[in-house]
Amino acid sequence: MQRSFFARNPSVLIFIALLAVFTLTVTVMSEAMGMGVLSTSFIKTLGKTLCLCLIAIAMDLVWGYCGILSLGHFAFFGLGGYMIGMWLMYERTKGIVLGSLENAPLPPTPEEVRDAIGTQIFGVVGGAEIPMIWFFADSLAAQLALVVLVPGALALIFGWLAFRSRVTGVYLSILTQAMTLALSLYLFQNDSGLRGNNGLSGLQNIPGLSGMSQAWVSLWFLWASALALGLGYLMAAWVVSGKFGSVIRGIRDDEARVRFLGYNVEGYKLFVFTVTAIIAAVAGALYYPQAGIINPAEIAPIASIYLAVWVAIGGRGRLYGAVIGAAFVSLLSSWFTGGGAPDVNLGFYRIQWTDWWLVLLGLSFVAVTLFAPKGMGGLFDYLVRKPMPDRPGADLGPDQGSRREVEQ
Amino acid sequence: MSTLLEVSGVSVSFDGFKAINNLSFQIADAELRAIIGPNGAGKTTFMDIVTGKTRPNEGRVIWGDKSVSLLKMSESQIARAGVGRKFQRPTVFEDQTVRENLAMALRNDRSPWAVLFYKKTTDGAARIEALADEINLTAQLTRKAGELSHGQKQWLEIGMLLAQDPKLLLVDEPAAGMTPAERDHTTDILKEAAKTRAVVVVEHDMDFVEKLNCKVTVLHEGSVLAEGSLAHVTANKDVIDVYLGR
Ligand SMILES: Nc1ncnc2c1ncn2[C@@H]1O[C@H](COP(=O)(O)OP(=O)(O)OP(=O)(O)O)[C@@H](O)[C@H]1O
Ligand SMILES: [Mg+2]
Repeated sequence: MQRSFFARNPSVLIFIALLAVFTLTVTVMSEAMGMGVLSTSFIKTLGKTLCLCLIAIAMDLVWGYCGILSLGHFAFFGLGGYMIGMWLMYERTKGIVLGSLENAPLPPTPEEVRDAIGTQIFGVVGGAEIPMIWFFADSLAAQLALVVLVPGALALIFGWLAFRSRVTGVYLSILTQAMTLALSLYLFQNDSGLRGNNGLSGLQNIPGLSGMSQAWVSLWFLWASALALGLGYLMAAWVVSGKFGSVIRGIRDDEARVRFLGYNVEGYKLFVFTVTAIIAAVAGALYYPQAGIINPAEIAPIASIYLAVWVAIGGRGRLYGAVIGAAFVSLLSSWFTGGGAPDVNLGFYRIQWTDWWLVLLGLSFVAVTLFAPKGMGGLFDYLVRKPMPDRPGADLGPDQGSRREVEQ
Repeated sequence: MSTLLEVSGVSVSFDGFKAINNLSFQIADAELRAIIGPNGAGKTTFMDIVTGKTRPNEGRVIWGDKSVSLLKMSESQIARAGVGRKFQRPTVFEDQTVRENLAMALRNDRSPWAVLFYKKTTDGAARIEALADEINLTAQLTRKAGELSHGQKQWLEIGMLLAQDPKLLLVDEPAAGMTPAERDHTTDILKEAAKTRAVVVVEHDMDFVEKLNCKVTVLHEGSVLAEGSLAHVTANKDVIDVYLGR
């Protein structure tokens, strides 16, 4: 009696297929495969874009479906990046240290190795001690677990405090911004133990894979990012297509009503907030090894606002909309800010896109909000769905199918 | 018949204005009760108190055989304890289908995990079909609730209420915006429901109340003005003065 999940959600299958075709095409055209149409740095850009699409899905779940306008999800993204970055940097430095001590007359003691690593990593912030928070940095498994646990715990605690006291709407958004700002200011401090404003660098070098060229590393990360995005999309689609999705959309539209149906709204919000924070963290953990460097500026409050803009432009409340928005806007953004777009000479003024791109983005955001609230994803409605009756105004009468005041 | 809900000595004030003033009210296990009264009498506020939306300044609200206080419980806990509510303005989830609306209300485990891994069952589907039939919305099951007429939305909300399978139904102005035929059907639904549970109906329409044929409580300025059969209260001089005579 039940049709299969994919039959009920054809867009999922289409998305997965497109993602597979995309990944395959990029792979074939990559340097590693010998064709070299696409440069390694461009492949990294594409891989990073896939990670941004993944965090956009998280944002769409929490905002588009559950109605919580979180302006702090990039904090979780950044934390995920820091957690994996610690292992990458520690192991790589350890390799270098061991290499340089190889020719010493006496084999180095573990303390000497640790001291040398400490000096190498923390010299820039005037320290040599390895801080306590690096305790697990030697273990990939532990740091991978922390990628999930640290942002997850932060989201859980923050969400519990905020939702329990029924903070909603604009106030909640401001609160998430405050959390993001606090985190980034904390990380900017040298004694935060994460190298202050220097951040973590050299993350593109994967310990133990020194023999592998960056062309191949970039390809592996592209595959991993594509896999994560595909799985994330699948999971999100499964969550929103069932009864859970029905409940969280209910919370978005009228949370008091959901409460009176007996659902613990705060519990649901906390659940969605935490799960999406973890998705964001995983996306970050895949992003920063491709970026090569992470510093506190990445966690700046504005980053999370951009995320909301992507999802709004792409079309919130539909997963592919979020993906389209993130991919389109972030690629366009790097094209404009990277000097790819030619300047426009107006005679009296020269528009330089590196300066004006943000203005353009802001204007598009306002335009989409005002004129196309469904975003770019809404275009698909013209292809697939029958247009919905749009009945503004109050009911005119009590009869069945009553007309509205302003019938169109 | 034992007492299901007992409200005693409850008062609520909004910025000094006493919306509910030392109100006491009781309802038995399987009883149909109508509440009438002029605008601003505090009928909706009374429901807000019972369902946990508004906390009273003083008084007690005692529920069920075990005599637990509803004042310490959250809205969702009260709903799970068996109090269902239909709002004055029909509030259904307009962006979702009639079926989804009913499915959400269906009595089931409400914890996030259970809902996440919820599997549609033939029992649940059958229950939804039966409810849809009762509220005349079988043909609309796959339509979005936002496309329904005002009266149909009222029915859908009543259907959601029944789907919750509550012990007490609080129904605020169910017949507003309905045709006479629709009203009659609504009366039938409520009477049927009251056979197995307590139903409290707030309504302004006297014809509707008459058809319910039940005990009537008249509220005025936040407290009970009169109580008894409709004939009894409509003969009451105070009631005529404040409500009927206008
Ligand atoms: N949240 C609130 N804040 C301030 N005043 C309120 C609030 N809720 C209700 N009131 C006031 O309390 C009084 C009782 O309101 P209530 O909605 O309970 O009346 P009602 O009997 O349901 O009226 P109606 O028949 O018009 O629905 C009104 O004067 C109303 O203005
Ligand atoms: Mg009212």
